[in-house]
Amino acid sequence: MSRIGKIARRTFLFGAVAVAGGAAFGAWYVSRPAPNPLKPAEGETSLNAFVLIDGEGVTLVAPRAEMGQGTMTTWAALIAEEMDLAWEDVRVIHGPPAQAYYNSALMGEGQTHKGYDASAFQNSLGEMMGVLGKVFSMQVTGGSTAMKDGYERMRVTGAAAREMLKTAAAKRLNVGVVELRTENGAVIAPDGTAIPYTELAAEAAEVEPPRIELRERSEWKLLGTSLPRVDMLGKSTGTAQFGIDTRLPGMRFAAVRQSPTRGGMKSYDAFDAGRMPGVEKVVDLGDGLAVIATNTWLAQQAVDAIEVEWDPAPYPETTEALVAAVEAAFDAEPDSVLRDDGNPERLPSGATSVEAEYRVPFLAHATMEPMNATAWFDGQHLRLWCGNQGPTFLRDACAAEAGIDPEEVEVNVTLMGGGFGRRGEFDYAVVATKVAKAMPGTPVNVTWSREEDMTHDYYRPPAIARITGAVADGAPVAFDAKVASPSIAEQALQRWVGFAPGGPDKGIVDGIYNQPYGIPNYRVAGHKAEIVPPLGFWRSVGASFNGFFHECFMDELAHAAGADPLEMRLKLTRDEWLPAFYALEAVRDMSGWTGKTEDGVGRGLAMVYSFGTPTAMVIEVRDEDGLIRLTDAWIAADPGVALDPSIIEAQLTGAMAYGLSAAMGEEVTFAGGVVEQKNFPDYEPLRMAQMPRTQVQILENQERLNGIGEVGTPPAAPALANALFDLTGKRVRDLPLNEAFDFYV
Amino acid sequence: MATTLTVNGTSHEVDLPDEVPLLWALRDALNLTGTKFGCGVAACGACTVHIDGEAVRSCQVPVGDVWGEVTTIEGLGTPDALHRLQQAWVDHQVAQCGYCQSGQIMQAAALLAETPNPTDDDIDAAMNGNLCRCGTYPRIRAAIKSAAQGA
Repeated sequence: MSRIGKIARRTFLFGAVAVAGGAAFGAWYVSRPAPNPLKPAEGETSLNAFVLIDGEGVTLVAPRAEMGQGTMTTWAALIAEEMDLAWEDVRVIHGPPAQAYYNSALMGEGQTHKGYDASAFQNSLGEMMGVLGKVFSMQVTGGSTAMKDGYERMRVTGAAAREMLKTAAAKRLNVGVVELRTENGAVIAPDGTAIPYTELAAEAAEVEPPRIELRERSEWKLLGTSLPRVDMLGKSTGTAQFGIDTRLPGMRFAAVRQSPTRGGMKSYDAFDAGRMPGVEKVVDLGDGLAVIATNTWLAQQAVDAIEVEWDPAPYPETTEALVAAVEAAFDAEPDSVLRDDGNPERLPSGATSVEAEYRVPFLAHATMEPMNATAWFDGQHLRLWCGNQGPTFLRDACAAEAGIDPEEVEVNVTLMGGGFGRRGEFDYAVVATKVAKAMPGTPVNVTWSREEDMTHDYYRPPAIARITGAVADGAPVAFDAKVASPSIAEQALQRWVGFAPGGPDKGIVDGIYNQPYGIPNYRVAGHKAEIVPPLGFWRSVGASFNGFFHECFMDELAHAAGADPLEMRLKLTRDEWLPAFYALEAVRDMSGWTGKTEDGVGRGLAMVYSFGTPTAMVIEVRDEDGLIRLTDAWIAADPGVALDPSIIEAQLTGAMAYGLSAAMGEEVTFAGGVVEQKNFPDYEPLRMAQMPRTQVQILENQERLNGIGEVGTPPAAPALANALFDLTGKRVRDLPLNEAFDFYV
Repeated sequence: MATTLTVNGTSHEVDLPDEVPLLWALRDALNLTGTKFGCGVAACGACTVHIDGEAVRSCQVPVGDVWGEVTTIEGLGTPDALHRLQQAWVDHQVAQCGYCQSGQIMQAAALLAETPNPTDDDIDAAMNGNLCRCGTYPRIRAAIKSAAQGA
C-alpha cells in the first residue's frame, strides 16, 4: 500500500473527517478565502478579519476563547509584533463567530504518528488537513492549539496590514515604500514625521496586500517577553464582564432544573412555584424546567420547589455498572494499536516481569463560573451572550432551537470563568434559547446553580489500564499496555457537527502510545468502551489518565530494575528524542535530585509528552504529624518557542494544580443514574494551603512551536503518586489518592 | 419589603424579600456584578464582600440581616484608583480566568487589615476558603506579601 494510503487507512476520527471532507468539498472550496466577518461602522476600517482601525486606534481580533490561559494577550501580540503597535495602545476583542476564524491546527492533531517523530511530510500533511477546519467553520479553542494555529498566520496578518499601511503612506508622500518604516502605530516618513495608522487606514484598505517576509526572532519586541495581560486590570477590579454578568435593559433572571437522570420528565406540578415571590413564568423545557423571575435567587427557590417525577436514566445507573462496561471493553478486539515496536511477548532470558492495573474515575470540570447564557429572542432574531469554546457550533445549535437561520443569530463571546473543555459544549446556550423563546422580547439571563452545573457536566470518563512490562540488566525491555475507556471525540463530534466518522480514537491512548522513550518492545492497544452518560473533553483529555498510567508504571519498572527513576528515563530518552532528555535534566538540576530522600520526605518524578510538549515534573511530599503535605514542585517544559514566559509559567503551574486537585480528591460517582456530587463540599478541589511552592523552567530545544495550556496536567498525578510511594512504600494505582492517604488540608 | 443597604458609601433601597441573600441583591438588583456567584453554600469564597470591614460570604447573609456598611470589589478600588492589593494583583499578573479574584482580593484585604504582615501560615488560614480552579495560589500569595510590604 502506498504511504499516503497507509496513512489514510490508519487515520482515525479527526483525520477521517479531514480526508473525507477534502474529497467531498473539493480543492476550490478549501482554498477559497473565508469572507471577512467584520462589519466596520462609520469611521472604522478593517484591513482584514483581524485588524480594525478607527479614529481612536487599532483593535485586534483574538477569536479564541479567553478562559484564563492568556490566549487573547498572546494572540494579539502576534499581530501587534509585525504591525509595530505600542502594546499599551492595543485593544483586543473576541469578534463574531465566523468561518474566517477557523482553527487551522486542530484537524492536523488527528494524525496518529507519535508527534515528536513526525516527518516533514507528516507535518505538511497536518497543515494541509488543518485547512479543513475552514470547511467545517471550526472556530474552536481547544487541544492546546491556539498558538500553534496563530503563530505564523497572525504574524503574516500583522505584517500584511503593516505593508498595506506603508503602501498607502508611500502613495500619499510620493516616496518609495522602502524609504518608510513603522513604529508605535505610525508610519515614519523619511523626514521623521509620524503618520498614525488611524489616518492611513481608509487608504490602506484599498491596497492589495503585498507579499511579506516575517521578521527574525532577534527583531521581536513584544513576543518572547512577559507582557501585561490585556484582561488583568478588569479581572483585578471586578469590572471584567463574564457571561454571568450580562445585564441588559428589562432583563429577567432564570434558574433551571434539568432531569438529574438525563432521562426526561414524567410529570410535574408547578402551581405553587408559579406563585412564589418574584416569579414571572415557569417554562417546560421538555426534559426539565426553568423559572423566570426578577432575581436569580428567587428563580432558584421556585424551580427547586417544583414537584417533579423524572424518567429513569438511559444508561447504567451505578458507577459499578458503568465501570463494568469499561472492563468489558478489554474482551473485545482493540480499537487501535498505535505503537507496536518489537515483540513484548518474546522477552530476553533473565528478564523480570511486572504487571499492574490502574484505574481513574469520572471527573467534573467544576469551572468557578457555573454554566450560564443570556438570550434575547424577538421572534425573528436571537442575541446571545456567553463564554464558549466553539461559537460557530453554538450559533448553529441555537438557531436550530429557535427555528431561525444562523444568520439571524448574534453570538457575543464573553470572558469565561474557567473552561477546561466544559465550554466546548453549547448545551447551556440552547437551554437559554428555549427559555428566551418563552418570553419573546425580554432578555433572560439563565444561570445554573452549582448543583445543576455539577450534575449536568460532560464528564471526563473513567479509564482502566492493564500493563505488563519487563526489566533486564537494570533497564526496561518491554512495555505492553491495554487501555479501556469510552470515545469522547465520537460523542463530541456528534454534538458539534452531527456525525462521527468511525475508525480508531487516538484519544483513548493519547499520552501512552506516543511517549518518547526507547523501549525495544513497546506496544499500546486502545479498547473502546461503550458507555453513554455524557462525556466531554477535560483539560489534557486522554493524557489526563494515560500520563498517570504510563509514568507510574515507569516508576514501577525502575524499582523492579533497581534503577533510579530519573537516570533510567534519561537513558531511555537520550537516543529517542533529545528535548525530552533536556526537560528531565532540567528538573533534575532544579530539584537537586539525588535519588535519595531523608526520612519523612518523598519525591516523585514524571515526564509526559502531550500536545507536542515534553513536560517533566518533580513533586516533594512530607509527612507532617501523620498528614501528607505537598511542599515543592519543579516543572520543566519545552514548547519550542516561549511566546510569553509569564503566561506560560502560569499555565504550567495552574495546569499542574488542576491535575493535582483531581488526583488528590476529585471523583464523580453515579447512583440511581444521578451524579452524587452536588457542590464543592462533595467535590473538593485543591486549596491554597495544599498548593506546593512551584518553580518552572521553560526550555526551547525543540524546533516547532507546540502546546502549553494543558501540558502541565498529565504529569501531576503520576509525580504525586510516585512521591507518595517514595514516602510510604505504598503503591496506589487508583485515583483519587485521598482514599488511601490523609492529605494536609 | 424594601431594605436600605449602604454599599460602597451609597445608600440604596432594595425591594426584595428579606431572605434574599446579599449576593443576589448586589448582582441582580444593584448590578454590582464584580461580586461573583460560585456555589451558594459558602464553600468557594467567590462572593466575599466586607460588612463593616469584615470579610463575609454574601451568599449566606440575607439582605434583611445586613448589619453594617457593605464594601464590594467595586468599592475597594477602581481601574483609575487601584487599592494596593489590586495594584499587587496587576503587578504579579495573578488572574487567569479571573472569576474568583474579586473574592480573593476582598478576603486578602480583610486579612491585611487585621494582620498587616501575614506569614505563610496566616495566608493559608485566611485564604483557604477561597477556591481557585486555575491554580493561581502562588501568585496570590506573592501579591499579598508584596502588598503587605508596600503598606
